[in-house]
Amino acid sequence: MALLEVRDLTVVFQRRGEEPFRAVDGVSFDVEPGQTVGLVGESGCGKSVTSLAIMGLLPKRGATVTGTVTYDGTDLLKLSDKQMRDKRGSELGMVFQDPLSSLNPVIPIGLQVTEVLERHRGLARKEAMIEAKNLLDKVGIPDPNRRLKEYPHQLSGGMRQRALIAIALACRPKLLIADEPTTALDVTIQAQILSLMKELVQDLGTALVMITHDLGVVAGLCDEVNVLYGGKVVEKANRHPLFAEPRHPYTHGLLASIPRLDAAPGEKLTPIRGSVADNIPWTQGCAFAPRCPNALDVCVQVTPAEEDQLGRLLRCHNPVVPGTPAAEEVPV
Amino acid sequence: MLRYTIRRLVQLVGVVLVLSLLLFAWMRLLPGGPVSALLGERATPESREALTKQLGLDQPIIVQYFKFLGRAASGDFGVSTGVQPGDSALDIFVQRFPATIELSFFAILLAILVGVPLGYLAAKRRGGWFDNLSVIGSLIGVAVPVFFLAYVLKDAASAALGLPSFGRQGDINATRVTGFFTLDGILTGEFDATLDALKHLILPAIALATIPFAVIFRITRAAVLDVLDEDFVRTAESKGLTASVIRRRHVMRNSMLPVVTTIGLQTGALLSGAVLTEKVFVIPGVGQALAIGFERRDYPVLLLLIIMATIVYVVVNLLVDLSYALIDPRIRTR
Repeated sequence: MALLEVRDLTVVFQRRGEEPFRAVDGVSFDVEPGQTVGLVGESGCGKSVTSLAIMGLLPKRGATVTGTVTYDGTDLLKLSDKQMRDKRGSELGMVFQDPLSSLNPVIPIGLQVTEVLERHRGLARKEAMIEAKNLLDKVGIPDPNRRLKEYPHQLSGGMRQRALIAIALACRPKLLIADEPTTALDVTIQAQILSLMKELVQDLGTALVMITHDLGVVAGLCDEVNVLYGGKVVEKANRHPLFAEPRHPYTHGLLASIPRLDAAPGEKLTPIRGSVADNIPWTQGCAFAPRCPNALDVCVQVTPAEEDQLGRLLRCHNPVVPGTPAAEEVPV
Repeated sequence: MLRYTIRRLVQLVGVVLVLSLLLFAWMRLLPGGPVSALLGERATPESREALTKQLGLDQPIIVQYFKFLGRAASGDFGVSTGVQPGDSALDIFVQRFPATIELSFFAILLAILVGVPLGYLAAKRRGGWFDNLSVIGSLIGVAVPVFFLAYVLKDAASAALGLPSFGRQGDINATRVTGFFTLDGILTGEFDATLDALKHLILPAIALATIPFAVIFRITRAAVLDVLDEDFVRTAESKGLTASVIRRRHVMRNSMLPVVTTIGLQTGALLSGAVLTEKVFVIPGVGQALAIGFERRDYPVLLLLIIMATIVYVVVNLLVDLSYALIDPRIRTR
């Protein structure tokens, strides 16, 4: 049985006087113990909301979460606030995007690590400090004893993210959700953080849900990839087939818009046309249709169903034929 | 930190000197004067002239000012002409200061103890009925004049609640040690005197606390609303910490800077409020002396009391600035 089974997860935001907004629309995926699963898409595709819904961190009011999130046999969405607090930080860890704003600016790093150890592992402050030092050591923070007494603003960006990873892994969670953990960091630091995360999840046997818009991160880390668009999974495949043969025009476009070192000089990038704002509702067809180079008449009339195509799930009326080069050139 | 404190204290000396000169000049520009106040409308020109000379008011203002400075340096701030004629201004200050500090202290304490938790709760329940109700309540708190509320409390609430409708007077036969009624009772073991003093303080403190309460409430609410949206609060939630740890360690610690600033600024409002409150509740404090002093143009007493109030205000705000460093480590290292 999978460690985490997300089924038909739907999140609807409702503000007074506004139309309800389906940020996540029937998302399903599994995470096996020790596996790394990627959720990929542009901003606004629902990937962060998915992670917050799993963690039970969405606001109580204004957000309706339906579906099931079965973790280790229990549906997290049915747990009480207190039961969720017991799971968060101990069995479910989370790493966030911006390490500076994600750390409390007015208390020392040490306390921010020890408080989670005190809460879930019942350690006294002194023992927790020793453990915190070991944790900072493990995530590669030099001179941990000094860093424990320092405040977030005294650490570099990479070190802050290492501290956040130490906090998330402090109680050896079985599942770690990382929401764009490298987006706010320098490129050189990004690689360090990713290899650190890879190493740690392998050592601890932690399952990892990696949320990113960066296909480079996916290529280096994920076993399975879910490509999200407009709150729905449009393509789900293992890493190798996905990169070798992207079938959904959106996935194809994402891959084609990455600058390539082997491109001829002067060759233009091929971005995806338009923005997420051009979406049509899934109820009227394919949300991606207005931006899709492969769009047919049927795409704006019939919502494409999820189809299993040789072990890959695809939601598209007119998928990309394998071997097609990057979509037609669009002037930037 | 020490250098900063010293620099601020040196600034304070400058503030006091400039303020004393301005006050000195302004008070003498007011119509009337201590002579008319003391002798009345029908005094003969000769007697007026004699008293003017006796009080030294016939000399140029600048000469008067430097004479005042010279005597003030040796602790002589002049003799009262109106509040308690014949008493030294310094004695009046020493007698009356504890009552006002006591009243202001309990008022601001009340404002903080009610305003901060209420502000937190309102922010936490943003948009709910509790939030809306307390925002309206705080608006009323700011809008109702202190003297009106003071009379309502004095005349209606005191009877209904069985509380004294006047402040503790100086002549009550309890042992005086510090001049603070509540403190003296504890120091001498006369706890009933402390209890009695507290009973006398409740209604005036409520009257005086309304405006600071409303302001502290609003600022706390706004500050907590800002902090609740911060990423680090979400991080704290993702750690599964208990609600009370998140509230204390993560939300409130980070909301305190604007609240503490407001508390410092409200000490100024307290003093102007104390003038009215002490008058209504007949409390023999600095505020009452200021009110009487203005009516009777008691230059020495007014000057000393206003300068002392300024010093208290500046020192409180210095303490507030120093507390920033305790609250926020980013200020410490700057």
